[in-house]
Amino acid sequence: MSRLASGGLIDRTRRLRFTWDGKALEGYHGDTLASALLANDVRLVARSFKYHRPRGILTAGAEEPNALVTLGSGAHADPNTPATTVPLTDGLVATSQNRWPSLRHDVMAVNQFASPIFVAGFYYKTFMWPKKAWEKLYEPLIRRAAGLGALSGLPDPDSYDREHAFCDLLVIGGGPAGLSAALAAGRAGLRVILADDGLEPGGWLLSCRDTIAGQTASNWARIAVAELGIMANVRVLPHTTIFGIYDGCEYAGVQHLGAGQPEPGQPRQRLWKIIASRALLATGAMERPIIFGGNDRPGVMMASAASSYVNHFAVAPGRRAVVFTATDSGWQTARDLIGAGVEVAAVVDPRGGGVPVDMAGIRRVRGLVRDVRGSAVRGADIATPDGKVERIDCDLVAMSGGWNPAIGLAAHLGQKPVWSEAIQSFLPGALPPGLAAIGAASGQFALGAILAQAHGAAAALAETLGAGGHAGEPSVAEDEACGVAPCWHVAGARTKAFVDFQHDVTDADVALAAREGYVSVEHMKRYTTLGMATDQGRTGQLNGHALLAAATGKTVAEAGTIRARPPAQPVAIGVLAGHHRDEAFRPARLAPSHGWATALGASFTDAGQWKRAQWYAQPHESDWLETVNREVLATRNAVGFCDVSTLGKIDVLGPDAGALLDRLYINTFSTLAVGKARYGVMLREDGMVMDDGTTTRFAEDNFFLTTTTANAARVLQHIDFARSVLWPDLDVQATSTTEHWATFSVAGPQSRALLADLLPEIDLSNAALPYMGARRFRWNGISARIYRLSFSGELAYEISVPADHGPALAQALHEAGATPYGTEALGVMRIEKGHPAGNELNGQTTAADLGFGRMMAKKKDFIGKVMAQRPGLTDPARPALVGLKPVDRAQRIRAGAHLLPVGAKPVAANDQGHVTSACFSPTLGHAIALGLLAHGPSRHGEQVVVHDPVRGADVLAEVCDPVFVDPEGVRLRG
Amino acid sequence: MRIPCPYCGSRDIGEFVYRGDASPVRPAADGAEAAMFAYVYLRDNPMGRHEEHWYHTQGCRNWLVVTRDTLTHEIPSARLAAPLNAGDAV
Repeated sequence: MSRLASGGLIDRTRRLRFTWDGKALEGYHGDTLASALLANDVRLVARSFKYHRPRGILTAGAEEPNALVTLGSGAHADPNTPATTVPLTDGLVATSQNRWPSLRHDVMAVNQFASPIFVAGFYYKTFMWPKKAWEKLYEPLIRRAAGLGALSGLPDPDSYDREHAFCDLLVIGGGPAGLSAALAAGRAGLRVILADDGLEPGGWLLSCRDTIAGQTASNWARIAVAELGIMANVRVLPHTTIFGIYDGCEYAGVQHLGAGQPEPGQPRQRLWKIIASRALLATGAMERPIIFGGNDRPGVMMASAASSYVNHFAVAPGRRAVVFTATDSGWQTARDLIGAGVEVAAVVDPRGGGVPVDMAGIRRVRGLVRDVRGSAVRGADIATPDGKVERIDCDLVAMSGGWNPAIGLAAHLGQKPVWSEAIQSFLPGALPPGLAAIGAASGQFALGAILAQAHGAAAALAETLGAGGHAGEPSVAEDEACGVAPCWHVAGARTKAFVDFQHDVTDADVALAAREGYVSVEHMKRYTTLGMATDQGRTGQLNGHALLAAATGKTVAEAGTIRARPPAQPVAIGVLAGHHRDEAFRPARLAPSHGWATALGASFTDAGQWKRAQWYAQPHESDWLETVNREVLATRNAVGFCDVSTLGKIDVLGPDAGALLDRLYINTFSTLAVGKARYGVMLREDGMVMDDGTTTRFAEDNFFLTTTTANAARVLQHIDFARSVLWPDLDVQATSTTEHWATFSVAGPQSRALLADLLPEIDLSNAALPYMGARRFRWNGISARIYRLSFSGELAYEISVPADHGPALAQALHEAGATPYGTEALGVMRIEKGHPAGNELNGQTTAADLGFGRMMAKKKDFIGKVMAQRPGLTDPARPALVGLKPVDRAQRIRAGAHLLPVGAKPVAANDQGHVTSACFSPTLGHAIALGLLAHGPSRHGEQVVVHDPVRGADVLAEVCDPVFVDPEGVRLRG
Repeated sequence: MRIPCPYCGSRDIGEFVYRGDASPVRPAADGAEAAMFAYVYLRDNPMGRHEEHWYHTQGCRNWLVVTRDTLTHEIPSARLAAPLNAGDAV
């Protein structure tokens, strides 16, 4: 065991059991999976992506590139999770990835001996021929060999939540800067949200040994969080990663709930969309590795991570350490290791200088670690300026090459970072609107200065935003030394030196990219894949850019850095979808009769968001066609009824209502008599048909429009555009009443008799309510409307009652003897009558194409009039609406089939149109179809070939009038 | 992104429908085909400030003229496309 006897922030009274690759291990509450593995002397935790090299734990944070593990099993398996971000829980099951048969003996590790061919661009250069083999052979093989953890392939059993929040100030990061700023802003009275991505807020304060205001730093952090917790105007979001900044001061974050595993009935993660007037970037900084031979071996660790494991988790990451540092903070790690009883064999620092007074007796070597030895670290070869190489035995190399402010978020709206000579790294340049950087993210590394700076920034914001309270005084701490002289690369390494650990990109790969002309950082990134792994190159990116800069004779500032884009951390698809999955994927709109129809055993179909009854099968019916034929014949021979409430309904009101409709429709409505309905067609401004429907005039200034189900919202938008943008001088209003009315079509020769019984108060005679007549009445004391409209071609009425009375009306119609029919029968009857519907109103047809050419008024302006008269749109050769009957009446015609002249070769040049709608007509006893055919209206009686290469053989069909049933309209006027 | 709807206040972009450039004016009745063609099809693709029509479909249902910077997505202002009539309640 490497657990220290005392210290740390773990709770030693709470032992937790977990398994690693099936082996039972123990840790404590407060551990991460990474610290628990180290405490159990597990140093080899992963195999690398390409070379399958043994890898250990490099960091103690979310930037971890090596220690990716799979959590859980079965459907709950969560691959590619950094062990450093996983809170240890009792019963946690973790397994290693990308190895076979085991982590210790991985056969694919032979890849590292073949590494001379696995250089940057290897795949592009090698797997070129034959072209076909890439998809079938090479890619599957490469994907299996190189890789990450596997998805379970099962539906995600967890649930995800989503929340929107608004605040004056969002503080991103809960380290010293974030806590200090949140305290000041909270005390001053701003509405504050503090989002911290750690398991517990505090950031570096939980891992250092500094004191703040006389407290240990970790104590100060916990007291600060407690104070924030009781402020009503402050919300602390622990374990929440802000992963993106978007336009309009929007911030997106993911909160991990339930300490790694969701509690029963609770979501696993929550997506936060935060609208913040101002935000402070307090994301801190990340330590840079140093590029030397074998720097990826288990036992090589970031110096800050070593401090973190010792101070925060009470784990000794080794027994005998070499600290390789180009920073003053590396010396602090040496102190931390010594304090924990770890032997520090040497501090290797390329900078000159002596040993700090409090570290007398520690050996300082001016030089560089050139290579580490061993599969896991067994020693380090130290190169000194005099050219000598000394071997020092050790099992831990703690490295510190400098500090990179964590500023990725600040670039999400396209802002470019700028190079800082002072800290030898990039800092935010211009910032997204409302955002400012504080603390280490702003290049300020000394603790006392950070606390004061963050407090001052928040207090100033509070004043700007007009918060009335007092921000209080900043807590006081000493400033530690934070000097740095960057050490980008150790030349002359004998073994592989890694730049991007997760994608196995070495210094040689970067040099190769430069030699082959990939001299821009963005090109080099894509050629070598440096920074394209799940960690997005957080640790190694800048080192790579520095190498490229050196190889091309530029400074790092000149070479620049790549553009960071959201998400800053991998985000599960599930949390973006939230509750919108399965049946909740989109809202379902239910017709008023839905419950009644369900009880009757109806089958439903989707019409946009609507669920519509498709047919009402009876127990003895074996097949849907049998049901539909029965429903059609019952309607044509007796009486049927159908819920048509889903059609869009728009009330248009105002003195200029008629004038507006004249400009919206191709035909005229201002002349429509009160109590009458008229069919209308509206065009888009480009001359194509947009929608159709009937409009009823209930008063001089009140028209009632219906639209197709699919276009209801679009037509209302169109009307609003016309009345507020095109003709704001018209005094007219419009509003949707689609959901207000339940409407049933009652159709068939017996419809009048049935309704006369049901509605004795209304005179239904032809004289009182002729075809296309309408009137308002009261049904059982409630307002109702009746229209003499017919889509089926039969004598028919539409009756509307307020939506919540729909089920009662359906029930009454059913009990009176009408046969309920669904959308399928509705569709059959409209095809039999040649009415165009969605398949014909496809956005590519003109009014003339659909047989409405003569409806277009000549004397008035209307939307689409001018464009519809373009020669291309009035060409008689355009495919226009026709009916089609199979010459052999036993044959079937399918929608989507193409129309060809008889004897013509089935090639696109001979294509003359296509079948738009097709069905079996029980009225006629054979298949019928509607189609769009070139010169169609003048070809009635001709024969064409219905060509359907996908689904079957050609069918010879006769072109006919699109109205198959009662072309004279005797029935509907009856 | 958010749009400052003059009627509803600052709202999420998901509540709005985009139409496009607000500057083309529909030619008068019986205008020449060329003018109508330009109105229907021809659009500039400017860099910087741009006045656009947006529809607050899930809000007040007003058509808005929104000024948006196509380079930065900044939306400095939005106004109702139709001027309010005297006496209309706001």
